[in-house]
Amino acid sequence: MEFQHSHASHCESGVMASLLRQHGLPMSEAMAFGLSSALSFAYLPIIKINGLPLVAYRMPPRHIIKGLQKPLGLSMRFETFGTPAAGEARLNQLLAEGKVVGMQTSIFWLPYIPEDLRFHFNAHNVLAFGRDAQSGDYLLSDPVVEHAVTCAPADLGRARFAKGMLAPKGLLYYPDKAPGTPAWGKILPKAIRKTTRVMLDTPLPIIGVKGIRRLANAFDRLDAKGAPAATKMFIGQVVRMQEEIGTGGAGFRFIYASFLQEAAELLGKSQLDELAGTLVDIGDDWREFALATARMIRDRDPLEPSALSGKLRRIADREQAFFHDLRRAV
Amino acid sequence: MLENEVPQEDNRTLDGHRKAVYARGSDGRVRIVQSTGWEVEEIVTRQAVDDLNRLAEEARQRVQAGQTSPLEYHMHHRRMDVALLSQLTGIWQWRIRRHFRPDVFSRLSPALLARYAEVMGIGLEELKKVD
Repeated sequence: MEFQHSHASHCESGVMASLLRQHGLPMSEAMAFGLSSALSFAYLPIIKINGLPLVAYRMPPRHIIKGLQKPLGLSMRFETFGTPAAGEARLNQLLAEGKVVGMQTSIFWLPYIPEDLRFHFNAHNVLAFGRDAQSGDYLLSDPVVEHAVTCAPADLGRARFAKGMLAPKGLLYYPDKAPGTPAWGKILPKAIRKTTRVMLDTPLPIIGVKGIRRLANAFDRLDAKGAPAATKMFIGQVVRMQEEIGTGGAGFRFIYASFLQEAAELLGKSQLDELAGTLVDIGDDWREFALATARMIRDRDPLEPSALSGKLRRIADREQAFFHDLRRAV
Repeated sequence: MLENEVPQEDNRTLDGHRKAVYARGSDGRVRIVQSTGWEVEEIVTRQAVDDLNRLAEEARQRVQAGQTSPLEYHMHHRRMDVALLSQLTGIWQWRIRRHFRPDVFSRLSPALLARYAEVMGIGLEELKKVD
């Protein structure tokens, strides 16, 4: 089957949707995201990136790839390598067999990514689907890029074998066994319930709705008068994770709403359609929070983190009610 | 967010690329819409990039004043910090900081310099100076 690139908002869900479609299972990015219960919220003050705490609106890297196996009866092969030469040889072999292969890379070393978005982040997922016969460059499908791209072997080698946190070690992955026909009536409620558990019941106070409140408390502790620059870096980082890092807008809330609409149709539950509408509204609240934050960073509004933490607490309240309703609906 | 509310604000950090965001169409369905970017994204990305550029620029000035070695400049220029550089090279952080001393840096062996140059993806000669 000839490979078809498609544009997605998030790399991991985009890669998995493409891989599944390639193996004959119609799959949207939103369905891959929702079915693997990838939506989340986490405020991890212990993990620092350039001195700032990690804020995530989704589950950790590889969660989607691994999480789709069970519901879809899919079996993924994962291969890592000790040396770049071995990793390149194996990739060439798989491509020669006509396979489409998922890869974990460092986004810093991918030359086709805009300069300003190239940070040392090691869990960027792309697909390789062939090689240019003349130049030997790889044909890549990077879901967050509008069109298919090419990448020289040396650059791809660097990206695949970058070291540091979440080092990819040349990771390649592809389905071993084609997916079966999904039993939507069983797997969708299960996936949705799992997300409600993460958002509502995680005992750690830094995950889910509690994590949003925890972040709000951290905003209140910021010293806006004494250290305005550091305050701006902190609040800016949160918005960057929410909007700029391939989330489809509003920290994956919109993409999950799209998943709920698909689920409503497959399950014949109109209630999920209504809940999708509510989640879009909550997503709009997140976008408003982002806008208010950006205005403070640019000094268009006075720097008052307490105004932002109020917005975060209102969002936390709304999400708590939303996930309770969602739990009751499935 | 409605389809016709999706910002098309030519975010410069996207360098002409368009990104996929999700929005509600007139039929109520949420689907992918291509966006040339939102100013909010540009503000927070520029903020992060500018901060990294500031660190590199300050290091460059200190190199010229003889207060640090070109190694520190190149580290920041490649968007790394000491912790990451240590992970990439396998050289202890205190040793890297010691190599920021110009007198120590000037005596480093070519093998050690090559380890730094390799992970930064630059040449040995480039590593020894600032541009």
